[in-house]
Amino acid sequence: MQRFAALLDRLSFEPRRSAKLALMTDYFRSETDPARGLALAALTGGLSFRHAKPAMLRALVAERVDPHLFELSYDFVGDLSETIALIWPAAAGEETAAPDLPEVVERLQQAGRGEAPGMIAGWLDALDETGRWALLKLVTGGLRVGVSARLAKTAVAALGSLQPDDIEQVWHGLSPPYYGLFAWALGEGEQPQTDDPVPFRPAMLAHPLEARDMEVLDTADFAAEWKWDGIRVQAAVSAGRDGRLRRRLYSRTGDDISGAFPDLVETLDFDAALDGELLVVIDGKVQSFNALQQRLNRKTVPAKMMRELPAAIRAYDLLALGGEDLRERPFRERRAMLEEFLKQLDHPRIDLSPLVPSPDWAALTRAREAPADHHEGEDAAAIEGLMLKRWDAPYVSGRPKGQWYKWKRDPFRVDAVLMYAQRGHGKRSSYYSDYTFGVWREGEEGAELVPVGKAYFGFTDEELLEIDRFVRQNTINRFGPVREVRHEPQTGLVIEVAFEGLNRSTRHKSGVAMRFPRVARLRWDKPPAEADRIEALLALLPQDEATAIR
Amino acid sequence: MREASSSAGTTGGDVLTLTAEGLYCPAGGFHIDPVRPVERALVTHGHADHARPGNGAVMASRETLDIMAIRYGEDFTGTRQEAVPGEAIRIGDVSVSFHPAGHVLGSMQVKIETAKGTRVVVSGDYKRQADPTCAPFEPLACDVFVTEATFGLPVFRHPPVAEEIGKLLKSLSLFDGRTHLVGAYSLGKAQRVIAELRAAGYERTIYLHGALERLCSYYQAQGIDLGTLEPVGRRAKELAGEIVLCPPGQLADRWARRFGDPVTAVASGWVRVRARARQRGAELPLVISDHADWDDLRETVAETGAGEIWVTHGAEEALVHWCRQQGLAARPLNLIGYGDEGDAAEPAGNVEAADRAAGIGSTT
Repeated sequence: MQRFAALLDRLSFEPRRSAKLALMTDYFRSETDPARGLALAALTGGLSFRHAKPAMLRALVAERVDPHLFELSYDFVGDLSETIALIWPAAAGEETAAPDLPEVVERLQQAGRGEAPGMIAGWLDALDETGRWALLKLVTGGLRVGVSARLAKTAVAALGSLQPDDIEQVWHGLSPPYYGLFAWALGEGEQPQTDDPVPFRPAMLAHPLEARDMEVLDTADFAAEWKWDGIRVQAAVSAGRDGRLRRRLYSRTGDDISGAFPDLVETLDFDAALDGELLVVIDGKVQSFNALQQRLNRKTVPAKMMRELPAAIRAYDLLALGGEDLRERPFRERRAMLEEFLKQLDHPRIDLSPLVPSPDWAALTRAREAPADHHEGEDAAAIEGLMLKRWDAPYVSGRPKGQWYKWKRDPFRVDAVLMYAQRGHGKRSSYYSDYTFGVWREGEEGAELVPVGKAYFGFTDEELLEIDRFVRQNTINRFGPVREVRHEPQTGLVIEVAFEGLNRSTRHKSGVAMRFPRVARLRWDKPPAEADRIEALLALLPQDEATAIR
Repeated sequence: MREASSSAGTTGGDVLTLTAEGLYCPAGGFHIDPVRPVERALVTHGHADHARPGNGAVMASRETLDIMAIRYGEDFTGTRQEAVPGEAIRIGDVSVSFHPAGHVLGSMQVKIETAKGTRVVVSGDYKRQADPTCAPFEPLACDVFVTEATFGLPVFRHPPVAEEIGKLLKSLSLFDGRTHLVGAYSLGKAQRVIAELRAAGYERTIYLHGALERLCSYYQAQGIDLGTLEPVGRRAKELAGEIVLCPPGQLADRWARRFGDPVTAVASGWVRVRARARQRGAELPLVISDHADWDDLRETVAETGAGEIWVTHGAEEALVHWCRQQGLAARPLNLIGYGDEGDAAEPAGNVEAADRAAGIGSTT
C-alpha cells in the first residue's frame, strides 16, 4: 500500500505526461504481482467498493477527533479524504503492520456492510499520512491524480515493446490482477488469449488535410463522407461461447461507455462491430453537441434523460461481421457490406452516414463550405467537416499516413480582449500561458467586458514570450498565480480566438462556453474597443438557446 | 474550565500589553519583535517579519544581530546589544533572558521575570524537530507562555526530515536528466535542507540562487558544514541532474526558465496540504518546516506548565480551543504582520477565487 501511495502522491503533483508515464512504468516494473495489477485496475477505474462512503468515513473520524477542530481543519484543507488522512490520530498501543494493496482490495471487496468501517479504521491506524490519503482515495473511488485509463495502459506498454493499442485490443477480455498482461508486456509471456467475444478494435484515425495534399491527391481514390459532431464510438456485439449475447459500446480510446447508454446498447441485436458517431437524435434530427455532452461521463443515467435525449449511431464502417474480422479488407468492400448490413438490420437508432459525391476538389470544397446545400434535412448544423477515406485502405489502428484525412469546416473566430492570465504548469510554470478573454456587452454603466472563455494554446513560443511580457507589464491585480491585466477600450491586448462551436453554459457569467478555443492570432494592431460584442457570439447559438440567454 | 482572560488584570496582562507596534513590556520599556520601528526592541530571530530595521536599540543573539546587519546593512539600528543565551540581565524593572528556540540559527525565546516572580516566555517562532544548523529549543517553565501557532491545526504533523530528503534523492535518481530546483526560504530553511542532504550522504556540489549566497556563507562561517556550494551564476542547462536551491518565489519566475524543464520542489510545512502545494507550484512537495507542528505545539504548551497561553499568530482559533479544553486560560492575539517569511513577497492567492472573479469555471 505504501508503494502505491507513493506513486499516487507523485502522480497527483506531476503535470507532465511523460513524467507521469515514467513514474507508472517504474512502479509497474519494480512492483510485484498481484499488487501492480490491482494498482493498474485502480488507475483504470476498474475497482469499486460498495461499503466505503463519505458519510461512513466522517463517522469514523468523529469518534476520534474533536468536531470543532475537525471542521476548522476541513475548512482549511478543503478535501474530505485528505483532511481525514492528515488528522487521523496515531493509534494507541502496538504498531500494526501497514496493509498491502492486495490485502486491502481482497478483504474490503469481501467485507459486509458491518465489517467495512472497522476494517478501514484498522488500516488508517497502520498507515502514514500519504498511505491514509491513498487508501481513502482508493476505497471511495475516483483517484483524481490526472491519469486516464489510456495513459495507465500506455505505461504498461512501455514496460517492453508493445504499443498501447496492442493492449487495448485484449484489455476488455482481461481482469485484475492482469498476470498475463504484465508477463506479455515484459516479454516474459505470450499475448494473453482472451475469449472475449466483443474486444475493442483500436480505432483508425485521420490526418488533417493540408493545402499541399490537395495538389497531389486524386479525389477519385477517396470516398468522402461527412464528419459528424458527436463522439466517435465502436459498437461491438457478439455471442460468447455460452451463446449469450455480449454488447459493448466503446469510446475512441477504448473506454467502455455502455453504462451511460443503456437505451441504445440494449437494442443492439446483431453479430458485428460497427464504427460510427454517437449522436443525440430527436425525431430524426441530430441535436447539438451540447445535448450529447449531458449524457457523457455518467455511470448511470436517469430514465428521463434517456427519454429526452435519446442516443443513436450514425455508422461509418464495419469492422467485423458474423465472427469474421473485416479490417484487412479495403474500405470499398467494407462500405458495401456496411450498407447491406444496415439495410437488413433496419434499426431505428442506427443509420448510415451518407457519402458525399466527390468528382473533384472544387465540389468537395463547396460541400465543406455549405453542407446544408448538399445534405438534406436540418442535420447540416451537426456537420463538422469532411472525411476522406482511401477506397482501397484496410482498417489500420492509429493514424497511418496517407489513408484517411479530415477536412474540418473553418473554425469560428472572434476578436476578444485578454482579461486575466494565469501561470501554466510544468514547463510553463514561469509563463503566463492560460488566458481568460472577454467580449463587450452593454452593462448597467455602459459597455463592459464579460469573460467568454479560456485558451492556453494555439500561440507560438515567440508569441508566448510576447504575451508574457505584456501580462507582466500591464498587471492591475494579482490573485495568487492569476493576474488581471489592463483591458480598457484603448489599452489592452486583442486576441483572435478560434473555436469549434458554442454551447450554453450556466457556469459562465456570459452564459456561453466555447468548444476547443485557442489563440489564432494576436491583434496588437487592434484597440480593445474594436473587439467583438457578445451579440456576435449569441448569433451562433441555435435559436432556442440564444433566446433563453437573452 | 477556566474562562479565557482577555483583559488587563490577568497575570500576563501585568507584564505585557498589545500596542500597534506589537507586544510591549511597560515595566521594561521594550517591545518584542515590533512590526514598526520603536525605541527599544528585543528581537527573537532574523526573519524579516520579526526583525525589522529602524529601531533605536536592538537586543538579540549575536547571530541574529549579524543576520540583521547582513540583510539591512550595519546601520539597521541605533545601538545594539548582544544577548548571551541563558544569561539574565536587568532591563527597567524586569529581568530578561534569551534561550534557544530551535527555529533558525540564532533564534531565541525571550523570558521575562518580574519583581513579583511572574515568569512570561515569548517563544518567537520555534520548532522541536532536530536541526543540524541551530541550537535545540529549550523548554522553559513559566506562568504565561506566548506561543506561535503557524501550524496550529491537527492536520499539521511534520514527517521526519530524512523521509522528505529521501523523496528528493529518489526523484533525482528517477529524473536524473532534470535539474531539481528546490524552493526554500533564504534564512534557515535553505541551510537546513543542505545540511540534511549532506547528512543523507549527498556529496555533490549544491548550486545556489544569488539571494541565498550571503546567508549560506554566514552559516558556514559559523562553523556549520554545508559542503561544496556554488552560485548558479550564468549556468543553465549544464545543471541538469543537479540540485539548485532558490527562494520559493523564484520557482515560477523567469529566472527558472534557464533550466529548461526542472523538477520543482518546495520545502515548506504548508505543502503538507495538497491544494497549498499546488498553489506554490510544487511538483515535489517536501514537508520540511521550521515551525512546531500541532503535536509539538500542544506538548510544548503542556511542558511549560503555564496556566495562561497567548497565541500570537497562525491558526490561533484551534490552539486556543484546545488550550481551553485543557483548562488553560488562552487568548488569541491575532497579531498582524507575522507570517511565514517569503509569503509577504507574493501573497498566497487562490486560483478559484480569481476564476470566480472572472466568472469562469475551469472547463478542462
